[in-house]
Amino acid sequence: MIDLRSLRSDFPILDREVNGTRLVYLDSAATTQKPQSVLDAMDDYYRLHNSNVHRGAHTLAAEATEMYEAARGRVAGFIGAQPNDLVFVRGATTGINFIAYGWGLNHLKAGDKIIVTIMEHHANIVPWQLVSRITGAELVYLELNEDYTVDTSSLEGILDDKVKIISFSGMSNVTGALGPIKVLSDAARSVGAISVVDAAQLVPHTAVDVTDIDIDFLAFSAHKMLGPTGIGALWGKTERLEEMEPTEGGGEMINTVDRHESTWAPVPHKFEAGTPPIAEAIGFGAAIEYLEAVGMDVIEAHERELTAYALERLSEVPDLTIYGPKDVTLRGGAISFELGDIHPHDIATILDQDGIAVRAGHHCAKPLMQYLEIPATARASFYLYNVFEDVDALVVSLHKARELFGLT
Amino acid sequence: MSGLDELYREVILDHYRNPRRRGTLSGDYIHAEGNNPSCGDEFFLDIEVSGDTITDAAMQGYGCSISQASGSMMMDKIVGMPMSDLRELIHNFKLMMSIEEGDSPVDEDRPGSVLGDLEALQGVRKFPVRIKCADLPWATLTDALDQVSG
Ligand SMILES: Cc1ncc(COP(=O)(O)O)c(C=O)c1O
Repeated sequence: MIDLRSLRSDFPILDREVNGTRLVYLDSAATTQKPQSVLDAMDDYYRLHNSNVHRGAHTLAAEATEMYEAARGRVAGFIGAQPNDLVFVRGATTGINFIAYGWGLNHLKAGDKIIVTIMEHHANIVPWQLVSRITGAELVYLELNEDYTVDTSSLEGILDDKVKIISFSGMSNVTGALGPIKVLSDAARSVGAISVVDAAQLVPHTAVDVTDIDIDFLAFSAHKMLGPTGIGALWGKTERLEEMEPTEGGGEMINTVDRHESTWAPVPHKFEAGTPPIAEAIGFGAAIEYLEAVGMDVIEAHERELTAYALERLSEVPDLTIYGPKDVTLRGGAISFELGDIHPHDIATILDQDGIAVRAGHHCAKPLMQYLEIPATARASFYLYNVFEDVDALVVSLHKARELFGLT
Repeated sequence: MSGLDELYREVILDHYRNPRRRGTLSGDYIHAEGNNPSCGDEFFLDIEVSGDTITDAAMQGYGCSISQASGSMMMDKIVGMPMSDLRELIHNFKLMMSIEEGDSPVDEDRPGSVLGDLEALQGVRKFPVRIKCADLPWATLTDALDQVSG
């Protein structure tokens, strides 16, 4: 058994109490807690190096620029990428919007198809709806197998040269199911389409190397991997980024500007208009440093043990239904469930009284909820700082909820 | 009573599990829909108005025990009530929920000033994030009344 317990003291917030008891934080799929080193890195930047990047000739400007670009290098290195192929964006959502507008708009025409899966987060649905509306392209959904994994068998009937983009989640934030990266990236390549991976839930929990998987774009958010909010990464193959138009114009992203025409700075800067979130980028770099020090293989193994334990303990709770794969090799640590006729919001309120933070609702995945014919679920999700007692506390509290609602 | 026992009173669970006047109206009626996009709770309301009085009502909806019980209790209360009393009832409910401020002189002769069973929802006040759940049916009712008064 892997014991990461000693890491908990690196996370100041885990010391606090909620409603008079120890905080049991089971909402890392929404956002993760931050270690002291990330807070320190951002604080250090503001205290000692604060300056705008890429502009000044003075010492602070040079330091800030160096720190900002070093963070880019760290984030890129984390996914096996070249720094110049990594664009700092606001988060996974902005990353996917940039692809949709910057690449989609000038490559899609009426009648083309964009394939997504029914388990997508709204961040990987709505941007494609928006560009479909403009271009006349059609959004096509892959559905699920019995075990909640993506059913790729229907691809046969859909795949043709009208398909231009296949965009899918690397790991569902609702069911925890892993996305079929190889099958879908192969499918995309076979018809000359591009593949886009929404890695918001994947990169934080599992080692990803973009040189091992043949995909075109990947987007993720720092705040779901110990980093701050307001920053994330969009990675693309060099040639894809070259083909992509900037979605935002302004300072920093230009080469020359005349009255009516401008030329762009080279990738990745042409996608980073305006003053970027510098402290956040530096915090992102520090988060990566922390994850690398622990080791992604260790984190993944720890979460798998926790998930297996949670699935087992939850299956002992009467009236509890889990929506997601039972096989831990097919999934990550986001566990969605229902408990009898107790509405997920009531579950969340009851758990909160015991200091347990879970999410309740549609998890920004309404098409999936409609497909599963459920209006909402409660969701517990794990990260490296969770311990087995967190699962035990969850189970105790769920029994309490059953009692309050008179379930027998 | 602990906060949770106060929140999930028996009468609330009863209304949650056995909602009153569930369904739709036919004929001439006013329809209003409310939802809380952040949590997905929904409340659909049909009311039949004759003269100055609500003569029939039906609701449909989906959501947590608080939003649905609040709606069910509201249904129990509003049929047969004159419009003027309804506005007062809504105000009194919102006062109890700390959504609105002001006085609420209780006058047993005015049905809108007596909350009755609805007082079971008082416990919600201790859970500020849930106040909007309790309010959903009432916001929907307000919308329906606004349609009546045009
Ligand atoms: C699978 C998935 N994709 C995209 C997002 C959007 O991430 P962000 O809100 O950080 O842009 C999330 C966050 O909840 C997610 O879970």
